[in-house]
Amino acid sequence: MNYRAVRAIYLFEMARTWRTLLQSIVSPVVSTSLYFVVFGAAIGSRISQVEGVSYGTFIVPGLIMLSVLTQSIANASFGIYFPKFTGTIYEILSAPISYFEIVLGYVGAAATKSIILGLIILATAGLFVPLHIHHPVWMLAFLVLTAVTFSLFGFIIGIWADGFEKLQMIPMLVVTPLTFLGGSFYSIDMLPPAWRTVALLNPVVYLISGFRWSFYEIADVSVSVSIGMTTAFLVICLVVIWWIFRTGYRLKN
Amino acid sequence: MSSIISVANLSKTYGSGFKALKNVNLDIKRGEIFALLGPNGAGKTTLISIICGIANPSEGKVLVGGENIQTSYRKARSLIGLVPQELHTDAFESVWATVSFSRGLFGKPKNPDHIEKVLKDLSLWDKKDSKIITLSGGMKRRVMIAKALSHEPQILFLDEPTAGVDVELRKGMWEVVRTLQQSGVTIILTTHYIEEAEEMADRIGVINKGEIVLVEDKATLMQKLGKKRLTLHLQGKLDALPESLGHYELDLCDGGATLVYDYDTKGERTGITSLLGDLRTAGIRFNDLDTTQSSLEDIFVDLVRAS
Repeated sequence: MNYRAVRAIYLFEMARTWRTLLQSIVSPVVSTSLYFVVFGAAIGSRISQVEGVSYGTFIVPGLIMLSVLTQSIANASFGIYFPKFTGTIYEILSAPISYFEIVLGYVGAAATKSIILGLIILATAGLFVPLHIHHPVWMLAFLVLTAVTFSLFGFIIGIWADGFEKLQMIPMLVVTPLTFLGGSFYSIDMLPPAWRTVALLNPVVYLISGFRWSFYEIADVSVSVSIGMTTAFLVICLVVIWWIFRTGYRLKN
Repeated sequence: MSSIISVANLSKTYGSGFKALKNVNLDIKRGEIFALLGPNGAGKTTLISIICGIANPSEGKVLVGGENIQTSYRKARSLIGLVPQELHTDAFESVWATVSFSRGLFGKPKNPDHIEKVLKDLSLWDKKDSKIITLSGGMKRRVMIAKALSHEPQILFLDEPTAGVDVELRKGMWEVVRTLQQSGVTIILTTHYIEEAEEMADRIGVINKGEIVLVEDKATLMQKLGKKRLTLHLQGKLDALPESLGHYELDLCDGGATLVYDYDTKGERTGITSLLGDLRTAGIRFNDLDTTQSSLEDIFVDLVRAS
C-alpha cells in the first residue's frame, strides 16, 4: 500500500477546498440558510407539524442530504475531471499507485469535504430550529455512507465526462430532481398512493428516510431497507469503478 | 553495460484500428543517454506512454529494471521519472507544493533538502513559492523536470523537452541532462531537433511508422552512414566538365566556380587522391578546398525516406 501517495492526493484535494473556501463551504451554507428562511420560517410557519415534528425541524435532514449529495458528486467529479482536463493525470497514471489508492485519495477527500459541510449545515440549522438527534451514531453513519457513495458516483461522472457540460449534466438533470422529489421537503406519505409507488423507485428516498429516522425516529421506509439500498448503490459504484480501471475506460487509451 | 529497459515484441493498436507500434524491440542500457528520433506520428510518445504506464500495450512485454511494467508496476514505475511533451501543470499550486506532491505520489518520504537541490539545479529556487500560472513557458517546462526528478528516479524520460524553448535555455537543459547522467541516471530523450541528439546522445534509435528502423551508437552511426563532401573552389570558371573526369560523380556548381565531390567515409577508397591527380592532368587548378561531414539530420532524413 502506497500510503504516501494516498496522503498526497488527499491533501492536494483538501488544499483545493481551503483555496476555494467561498465556493466549497460558504456558498452551500448560505444557500441552505436561505432554504431555512424560506421554507422553515416563512412558509413553514403556516404548515402544521409533519408526523409530530415542526416543519422547519422536519426538513433539516433532507436539506443536509441535498447538500451532501450534490457536493459529494461535485467535489469528486471535479477532482478527477480537472487533472484529465489539464493533462496532469499523466502523473497519477505513471506513479506506482494502485487503482484502489487513487480512488481512496480522491473519494476520501471528496467525502471528507461533504461530511464537514454536512456538519456545518447541521450546526447552522441549529441556529434556526430546535434540534434533537435521537441516534447520533446512526446519523453519522448515514452521513458517511452517503458521502462516500455519492463521491464514488461523482468520481465515475468525472471519468465519464469529456467536457464541462457533461460534468454538470448528471448533477443538474438527474441528481437535483431526484433529491427534491426524494422527500427533502416532505414525507412521501403525504403523496397520493400512485405517486408514492413512483417515489419508491427514487433511491434518494431511502437515503433521506434513513437519515431522518436517525434524527426523529420517523421514516418513510424501514431503516434496514434504507441501509440496504444505500449499500447496494455503493456496491454498484464500486463495481463500475473497478471496471473503469480494469479497462482503462477514458483514462488510458 | 546491462539493460535497464527491455522492450520485446511491443505492439499497440488504437481503438480506431491505427497501429501506432509494430513489434518494437528495444534495449536501453543503464546509464546512457538514448535519443529516439522520428517524424511526427512515428510512435515515439506512444512507446514512452506504454513504458510509463499511461497507455496499455496491445501485445508484447516491457521490463524496467528487470520488473514487468504490468505485473510488477509499482517497482517498475518507481524507477521512472517522466517529462511529457505537453506542458501539463497545475495552475494554482506553488512550485514547491507541486514538486513535493510528485514525490509523495511516488511513495517517497518527505525530503526538503532534495527538493531544494532539484529546484536550485533547475534555477527555480527563487520561484519556489510562486503559483505555477505566473511562470513563463520555459519555467513551467523546468517545473515538470523538477517534478520528474523529485522522487530520485533511475530513469528519466524527456519527451521533446526543448520544444519551443529558446536556445539559451535549451543549452541549460542539456547541462542539467549531462549532470544527471553523471549521477547515474539513464536518460531517454525524444526530439525533433537532430542537433540535440547529435549533441547529447550516446546511442540513437530511429522510429518511423511504428517500427524501429535503426539503433546504433551515435559515433558509429555517423561513421557508418556519414558522407563527406569535398568542395573545390576553382581558379577559373568551367563551362563543362572535361570527359576525363566523367567517371567521377562531380557536380559543377556556382556557375562553374566550384566542383563538389561526395564520398563515403566508410569506403576503403574515397577516390580523392585519383581525383586530385586527374584534375591536375586536366589542367584544372583551384584556390581552396574544404570538406564537410553530413549531419545526423541528413542521415535521419535518408533513413526515414528509405523506410
